[in-house]
Amino acid sequence: MVRASSVEIRKVNKFYGPFHALKDIDMSIAPGKVTCLIGPSGSGKSTLLRCVNFLEEYNSGEVLIDGELIGYETAGGKKMSSRRLREMRRTIGMVFQQFNLWPHMTALQNVAEGLIRVRGMAKSEAEARAADALEKVGLGDRMSNHPSRLSGGQQQRVAIARAIAMEPRLMLFDEPTSALDPELVGEVLSVMKALAAEGMTMVVVTHEMGFAAHVADKVAFMEQGELVAMDEPANILHHPEDPRIQSFLRTYHERNSF
Amino acid sequence: MNDLLAHYGPFLLRGFGMTVLCWLLGTVGGMALGLAIALIQRYSIAPVRWVLRIYIEAIRGTPFLAQLFLLYYGGPMFGLRLDPIPAGLLGLSVYSSPYFAEIFRSAFGAVPIGQIEAARAIGMSEPSIVRRILLPLGLVSALPAMVNFSIVLTKETVILSIITVPELMYQVQRMSAETFRYVEANLALALFFWGLVELISRLGRRFETRITKHLIERT
Ligand SMILES: Nc1ncnc2c1ncn2[C@@H]1O[C@H](COP(=O)(O)OP(=O)(O)OP(=O)(O)O)[C@@H](O)[C@H]1O
Ligand SMILES: [Mg+2]
Repeated sequence: MVRASSVEIRKVNKFYGPFHALKDIDMSIAPGKVTCLIGPSGSGKSTLLRCVNFLEEYNSGEVLIDGELIGYETAGGKKMSSRRLREMRRTIGMVFQQFNLWPHMTALQNVAEGLIRVRGMAKSEAEARAADALEKVGLGDRMSNHPSRLSGGQQQRVAIARAIAMEPRLMLFDEPTSALDPELVGEVLSVMKALAAEGMTMVVVTHEMGFAAHVADKVAFMEQGELVAMDEPANILHHPEDPRIQSFLRTYHERNSF
Repeated sequence: MNDLLAHYGPFLLRGFGMTVLCWLLGTVGGMALGLAIALIQRYSIAPVRWVLRIYIEAIRGTPFLAQLFLLYYGGPMFGLRLDPIPAGLLGLSVYSSPYFAEIFRSAFGAVPIGQIEAARAIGMSEPSIVRRILLPLGLVSALPAMVNFSIVLTKETVILSIITVPELMYQVQRMSAETFRYVEANLALALFFWGLVELISRLGRRFETRITKHLIERT
């Protein structure tokens, strides 16, 4: 089992110029729990997720990882040092929709890079660990391939290996399967399920309602920068009370039926 | 014609050697300066960026000939007294630096932000990101433009003859003045440059194919 982090989001606001992208978001995620973020396009899901590792700077409120404020020295105070921010980010893995592998490195080098540069490991040790991580996502036989020689599903699994090799206590996923051909979605989701089963805290922005229904402990629905509801998957996905969720799910089902 | 070749051939060859040397060192100097400018522009505060912007516009907005005169004949007024060759090399480096800076700036801008964010997300420091991600990817995508501008620069070296750098143009002018064989002399000059440019573009292409091998998406 992994040592998992908690995430506490309190009254977080984010503005892009005059545009209010996150409105007083409150969210509490216990260690080892899986939370899926769903909602229409532009509702602020990615923005919220990126505030958790401070890739996006929130303007007010607090984001606490294991009780520790990320991004600022004190709530509403000045920014934390980049060294401290980097230390906090070491324990937070992130997986992107577009994989974002480094194209000039092999799968093994992609995974070993952070271990060498950030964890300060010797190359041989880093590569041994990277190989383990790649085995774990089922890519033991693709380690010397460059990303351009891997399928989308394989690239995304390398990206997951890159994150878990750092031994994170929290994993953030931003639509990890949205860029994949339908037949490649399953291999990525099963790696994510295995991670959830190990007790990793996970926050997953997704349109995979099946994953949300079966793997998530909580599902959060966002619309227009607001957190509309956060509850057990069944209460959101099967019998939602809020009309905004009902209408979102109706559109979703219409799009996915033929 | 044979006499002409026998007499002036060695001078032309030596001049060509000097041309290649000036081009090579001036280009390397310009690339180094341009790279430094592009990186400083990317990571520094606004006032520094404005100063660099002005430098870029000033150098790009004025003829190389004028810059070289100012450096060589005007330099001593400010205590900068240089021999022709060092002055020529410095001049070429400065003259080419803003073009290289712009090439690097746009190449760095073309590195997908997601690949940089992925590095930030695992806690890599900015210097590591520059060294491991930004430079390798940026330089590869800058390569065609770098080769192209280096080719343009070969021909700018002829201007060094006005400050008496003994490069190919200087020798050609001497030959012309002494023999009145302007056509032959300039034909020789043209052939030398054509050969050089051809060589550079071939080497550039070969190098490009080699280093982009892994970056091309399989289709
Ligand atoms: N850098 C930015 N500058 C200005 N506006 C932005 C920026 N990034 C996001 N936005 C706006 O903020 C809102 C929320 O964007 P966000 O990407 O978080 O939505 P999302 O819920 O992830 O949508 P999607 O499902 O399409 O990914 C959108 O209206 C978007 O246009
Ligand atoms: Mg998004």
